[in-house]
Amino acid sequence: MMMSTSAPTPVLQVEPVLQVEPVLQVENVTVRFGGDTAVKNVSLTINQGELVGFIGPNGAGKTTLMRVITGIVKPQEGRVLLEGKDLAKSTINERVSAGMALAQQIVQPLHALSMLDNVALACGGAKTASVINAMFHTNREQERDKARDLLERVGLGEVVDALPATLPLGYLKRLEVARAMALEPKLLLLDEPLAGLNQAEAKGLADLILTLNKGGQTVLLIEHNLREVLRICPTLYVQDNGLPLAFGDADTVMKNPEVRSAYLGGQA
Amino acid sequence: MAYEITLLTTMAISILFALSLNFISGFCGQISLGHAAFLGTGAYASAMLTKSSIPFLLTLPVAAIIAGFFGFLIGLASLRVRHDFLAITTMGVGFLFVGIVRKQDFLGGELGLAGIPSPDMSRESFMVFCIILAVIFAIFSLYIRRSWMGFVFESIADNEDVTRILGIDASRFKLAAFVIGTAVAGIAGALYAHHFRYIGPDSFGFVQSVSVLAMVIVGGVGSVWGVAFAAAVLSILPLLVQFIDDYKLLFYSGLLFAMMRFAPDGVAGIVQRLYGYVRRKS
Repeated sequence: MMMSTSAPTPVLQVEPVLQVEPVLQVENVTVRFGGDTAVKNVSLTINQGELVGFIGPNGAGKTTLMRVITGIVKPQEGRVLLEGKDLAKSTINERVSAGMALAQQIVQPLHALSMLDNVALACGGAKTASVINAMFHTNREQERDKARDLLERVGLGEVVDALPATLPLGYLKRLEVARAMALEPKLLLLDEPLAGLNQAEAKGLADLILTLNKGGQTVLLIEHNLREVLRICPTLYVQDNGLPLAFGDADTVMKNPEVRSAYLGGQA
Repeated sequence: MAYEITLLTTMAISILFALSLNFISGFCGQISLGHAAFLGTGAYASAMLTKSSIPFLLTLPVAAIIAGFFGFLIGLASLRVRHDFLAITTMGVGFLFVGIVRKQDFLGGELGLAGIPSPDMSRESFMVFCIILAVIFAIFSLYIRRSWMGFVFESIADNEDVTRILGIDASRFKLAAFVIGTAVAGIAGALYAHHFRYIGPDSFGFVQSVSVLAMVIVGGVGSVWGVAFAAAVLSILPLLVQFIDDYKLLFYSGLLFAMMRFAPDGVAGIVQRLYGYVRRKS
């Protein structure tokens, strides 16, 4: 992962065999709300197979940057690229079709559908890509089988037929992850998946995220739970007050005095 | 016998009309308070054509296309406004329709169109024709609910933003719901015009829109059987009971309010609960 505030990034010589493709590139993004600058000239790159922890105190602009990536917020400056393709004109569903998936901080299950159908709908991308196609297909079995597998992987195999409203938050958080996984994304965006979970639940879900990443899934994890982030993320990106603070190897980042100051207060 | 035929024909047209709104509001969750405008669009289009000696059956597709086209335009509005705002917008469209038609001399203005030709078939055949169309659309509705289109509609009705996060282009599906629903309302309008042989701007006003919404809500939003049942009963009540005919808006609005308050899932929900209750007892 690379990040720069204003200085041009030096060209790195990478051995050709180890060349990795950037999945997500955020280039010089600035977002202003009225007079406030929520995100200031942020650039970051996430490469294929990385698990990047994105941390920062409250008000750091984490959610805003996430919204820029998903297209809910339009940046005043800069751009976002997915696999080298500029997303400036893409709506959220086009971005999802292009290969990003989002598990939201506030769980939003489809309440009228069973847990299984919540995931099966996400599995049916081929059938829902066009209205006509959707009209002429009725069979859901294939998608339901796939959804059942996914739910089992996130530990929800017991509740596939339940309605979301009957289940506790910990289950719904995992449903969000399963639904995002169902889209087979190139980039998995997780917005505070551990928030509101107890320690055991958080550890379980963090383990799952790590397993997904070990399986090759590229993940950007926004999270407040430092303990779990430090446990699973090899790479960290820290932002404070809309400004990039530090990036890189987790140990080095956490030793950075500016990061410690932002988190613990006091002098840098 | 003639009276029964009139009743059954009215019933069949109302079922078709109510199911067309159910497609938009019940399946896809897009509220409409101006659905009568599309009934009117189809009725006027078809009546104008048969008055120029074009065969009735040929006017049906034309009525569907014109109503569907206007439905597409309203669908575009639904991409920008939601929920209560969509209700107000569609209500405005309903008033706009009546307001515009009133001022058009070629559409008969305030007086409406009288002397609409008969639909080149006997009253019995016309009744059967209307029933067949209503049944076909009911079957189509049941099919759609099982299809992936219905799956997506259910998701949009539940939470449009989440549907988009699942990579689904919700806008296209909403437009499809509006086009299909309003096109069928246009066909119902063509039948309506040739059943009553007279139409005027007031036949397609706010009262008609509230009546059809009442049929959908009373039947149970999204339930094909429930809505067909409610449409059948509510469409002939004013013909059987003079009081209801005199106080139509009051009756339908009161009913609408009572159902929303006490049984928001309508007749279909009540039947389902009763069925569950009986099963638990036995």
